[in-house]
Amino acid sequence: MRDLLAAFARAFDLLASGDPALYTIMARTLVVSGAATLLALLAGVPIGYLLARRRFAGHTLLLGLVNTGMGLPPVVVGLFVWLVLARSGPLGDLDLIYTRRAMVLAQFIIALPLVVGFTVTSLRALPERLPDLLRTLGARRWRMLWLLAREARLGLLAAVMAGFGAVVSEVGASMTVGGNLERSTRVLTTAIVTETGRGDVPLALALGLILLVLAFAVNLVLTWAQTRGSR
Amino acid sequence: MLATTTSTRDSGLLDTLVPLFRRQTGIDVKVIAVGTGAARAMAARGDADAVLVHAWESEKRYVASGDVRDGRLVMHNDFLLVGPPADPARVRGTRDVVAAMRAIARTGPFISRGDGSGTEQMERALWRLAGIDPTRVPGRDATGQGMGATLLVADQRRAYTLTDRATYLAFRERIRLVPVLEHDPHLLNVYHAYVVNPAKHRRAKATLARAWVSFLVAPATQDVIGAFGRARYGQALFVPDAGKTEAQLGLK
Repeated sequence: MRDLLAAFARAFDLLASGDPALYTIMARTLVVSGAATLLALLAGVPIGYLLARRRFAGHTLLLGLVNTGMGLPPVVVGLFVWLVLARSGPLGDLDLIYTRRAMVLAQFIIALPLVVGFTVTSLRALPERLPDLLRTLGARRWRMLWLLAREARLGLLAAVMAGFGAVVSEVGASMTVGGNLERSTRVLTTAIVTETGRGDVPLALALGLILLVLAFAVNLVLTWAQTRGSR
Repeated sequence: MLATTTSTRDSGLLDTLVPLFRRQTGIDVKVIAVGTGAARAMAARGDADAVLVHAWESEKRYVASGDVRDGRLVMHNDFLLVGPPADPARVRGTRDVVAAMRAIARTGPFISRGDGSGTEQMERALWRLAGIDPTRVPGRDATGQGMGATLLVADQRRAYTLTDRATYLAFRERIRLVPVLEHDPHLLNVYHAYVVNPAKHRRAKATLARAWVSFLVAPATQDVIGAFGRARYGQALFVPDAGKTEAQLGLK
């Protein structure tokens, strides 16, 4: 119990003191997970649109894969990306292992099925004939995609939140492909593992609280966008 | 519940000793492998019953504070500096680890454990002896992870790192790092076993812990420790030391 209170106090002190090491890790966490979520959104929404609106060979198979992928164990994704990017792996010459880019790639793979899955669900919730209606009103392809996205924004923002929430809180893939390097690839979750390993439980817990605050702040902005848009 | 350093687990020694102990006594050992720093912290919180660690200087403080007691010298192995085959700091073939640290400090890169482990403490002691501020070593970074993970990172980064022999031998097949300096007396890694003091931590199971520590220093167990690794690596990973004194190993 004392540790728990100490953790709250420590989290507050750390944030208030403006500890540069902490703020670097927080910023890095936001950038890596933000980039991964953004890329997953750029790739995932069009895929989700196709899956929701079109029928094609392998449609059910792909949808099944997406649904399975929504529960992809991050550490397995990490191992896979590690094997591909390691010096001995097929993409070893790119020298990407233990870099932030490698982390973005792994987190992108984790977030993608979530974004696709949520996109499919939210687009399917729209009236079946809406695209036809928009087309008769003269909307072209990109314009129509944009209008549909606006109509489905509640679900799409949920897709962003689910994707970001998954990657910002995962530790297995970031640890495996990022290496938790103090100066370049340590993020909040891997820092928590390190501090737990060092035996500094209050600091580990404080970092956990800060991670929660960070995730909460991001979600608050998204929720605000969600409710403001639906008025 | 035994709090121990990652090196004893990663090398596989405990996978041999724990079942042996169970067969002899019927007592099961739950092994929590962490850095020496965390092992000590677990002892200081009474979260473990026994500890097996290798950071002599800081161990003395925990004995003094009364968190652990009945320390027994169990065994030692040694650290070695490993690095990329290209050896940019030209350390290979030299014998003086302090000079080697100075050479590496000029070229880098160096990957540190950075996890408060006994290995990291050894590394810091070596930088101190060399009169070098480790934060200024070019390309020095820390993984905050165990020895195995750190070896993999150093290998991929073509960096130097300090490793215990047992973990290095266990990973030798998987990495291209080669030993660049070994057998310097500064690189000795001495393991002590302790019982968490039941007078200070009521939940600590001292009777079980004492049985475990006695088992570790028993002649039959010491023979097993001395033979461990010969069949697989062609050399023993640990030297049994029960009954010896710290001074005989050059510890102060």
